[in-house]
Amino acid sequence: MPATDSKRSLHRAESVDDSVLEILPEHGFPKLGLKELWRARHLFQFFVWRDIKIRYAQTVLGILWVLLQPMATMVIFALVFGRLAGIPSDGVPYPAFVLVGLVAWTFFSSAVVAATNSLVEQANVIGKVYFPRLFVPLAPIASGLLDAGIAVTLMVPVLAILKLVPSLGPLLLLPLLFLVAAGAAAGVGAGLAALNLRYRDFRYLVPFLVQGWMFASPVVYPTSLVPEGYRLLYALNPMVGVIDGCRWAILGTPAPGIALVGISAASAAVLLLIGCFYFRWAERTMVDVG
Amino acid sequence: MGAVAAPWRALARQGHRSEETGSSDIWALRDASFEVADSEVFGIIGRNGAGKSTLLKLLSRIVMPTTGRAIVRGRVGTLLEVGAGFHPELTGRDNVYLSGSILGMTREEITRKFDEIVDFSGVERFLDTPVKRYSTGMYLRLAFAVAAHLEADILIVDEVLAVGDAEFQMKCLGRMQAVAGEGRTVLFVSHNMAAVRSLCHRACVLDTGRIVRTGDVHDCIGYYLQWHVDRQDPVIQFDTPAGRGPRMTSAVLLCEGRPAIRILMGNILGIQVSFRSDAPLHVPRVGFIVTNEAGAAVLSANNRYQSSPRYDTPVQSGTISLELGAVPLMPGRYSVSLFLGDAPGHDSHVAEHALWFEVLEQDLWGTGLGPDSGASQLWWPTRFHFSL
Repeated sequence: MPATDSKRSLHRAESVDDSVLEILPEHGFPKLGLKELWRARHLFQFFVWRDIKIRYAQTVLGILWVLLQPMATMVIFALVFGRLAGIPSDGVPYPAFVLVGLVAWTFFSSAVVAATNSLVEQANVIGKVYFPRLFVPLAPIASGLLDAGIAVTLMVPVLAILKLVPSLGPLLLLPLLFLVAAGAAAGVGAGLAALNLRYRDFRYLVPFLVQGWMFASPVVYPTSLVPEGYRLLYALNPMVGVIDGCRWAILGTPAPGIALVGISAASAAVLLLIGCFYFRWAERTMVDVG
Repeated sequence: MGAVAAPWRALARQGHRSEETGSSDIWALRDASFEVADSEVFGIIGRNGAGKSTLLKLLSRIVMPTTGRAIVRGRVGTLLEVGAGFHPELTGRDNVYLSGSILGMTREEITRKFDEIVDFSGVERFLDTPVKRYSTGMYLRLAFAVAAHLEADILIVDEVLAVGDAEFQMKCLGRMQAVAGEGRTVLFVSHNMAAVRSLCHRACVLDTGRIVRTGDVHDCIGYYLQWHVDRQDPVIQFDTPAGRGPRMTSAVLLCEGRPAIRILMGNILGIQVSFRSDAPLHVPRVGFIVTNEAGAAVLSANNRYQSSPRYDTPVQSGTISLELGAVPLMPGRYSVSLFLGDAPGHDSHVAEHALWFEVLEQDLWGTGLGPDSGASQLWWPTRFHFSL
């Protein structure tokens, strides 16, 4: 009975035991199917690896783009918002201030956009073979995390030129902050991916959503510009806690406060759950509507 | 242990899924209950739209049933399309790993089978080239090679054999036979009756979402071939208004002497035309043209060009038998146009596309391979002799 061989791990869901699968219609509230995701984790690794390979195939500068992109935007924003509009920047040079915001923001926004489009791009595979579909929108988030890690690493020497050398302690908290951003991006991305498969209108809507979201986050301006009474409400946007945390960790700006970061993290967790559950619910008819 | 026990009472609906069951709902599958035993090769036969693909997609969990139940014992591998998950930008090597893992293999399994897969595909020289630079044939060969080495207890296969050139198709068919011989359970959907017959032990016939027959594969194929009289009649009756010259009253298409609209390659075909004529005649001039689906005339005959029998006494009605013999037609749909007249060059009754029939593939030479329908419009029964 080879099916019980522990080395074999085909994607199986609610099996009665390890070798018997019962296929039944699903009604009511969806299950996340974490067990199944864990079993097929090697497939997730392959998806992430593929994303990375494809993204930099036939580019000359390759991985350097992860920092070049936000730096190009930084130049524009520094001129427009820093020079012309004179937006304050919590006591650090505006270019550095906006670059840190942009690195965090670029991770979030490109992860959301990539996740949204992922399902439509792979609609054909989804109709031909079964695997845990949640991997499809989640893979670009994970590969984006890797990009973000490289961007941050490359950014530190760039900032050092501006005589901004971060201290090591707070820097170690950066991965946690990026995980919060990844959770929010995963929830939003998974939800939008399912919606996009059903209603292709989302392809046109998402760029506006992302742009609006950027101005609702402290990318080009500091949170200190938001009236104090509204800051915790403002922190419901997960990127508020993430970006403020990143600036504190990298640039040594005033610490954002536990409450603000906590609200952002909780909000990210809620978005993650809503997005994933919605995706699992939509998955029931995904192949039919795709 | 690989077995599928599928007591389907009712299955998925196409399109929107809603709780109400209005009469406008179309059930892609209903009342489709069957069981497949361990290490059995089971064929699923049916016309396009009969529900074959839906059934396979339900069993491989690609779509979810609206209602009903299936129990699957063992690891399922799905091969509904060659090259599922292939990415053009990635190299052949990368795609083997990617496609393999999408099909459900672990990294270790792929590594273990890697050489075998590459060997089977015959593209080892281009393993580090992105597959977007592959020829179609190379691409298909590599893709099939991955699928063919999937280690699953139950394989769900849909028409993947229909890839590549004749040589590679033979290799694919051979590989499928080898898989079937290894004691794996296989569910096989194909329009190719030759492949179904040579691979499967048992089968079921699906029609508009229902299983209409289950059992021995020969029995099922026979049933499938016979039961399509609903589509079109092998007999056509003509209105015969009084007029000048002879008129056809009816015509019948015969396969092996019996009225039929579905014939197997190599079957003996005949046409019988009944006629009436106001003026008594000695020699009715009769002809036919067989046209394929693309509208090309592929066969014709007319007794005005060859020595013809004649009625010794002129007649006003009668029946003409046209014996075509074993027609070398490729599988496909054909129509027959009929012509009747009383003198060379004068047709008094033209019935275009009066009869319709379909030629189905058959394992003519016991090799499991049919003639290459891409090579010519007709196949030709040829004997090959080798000598030094």
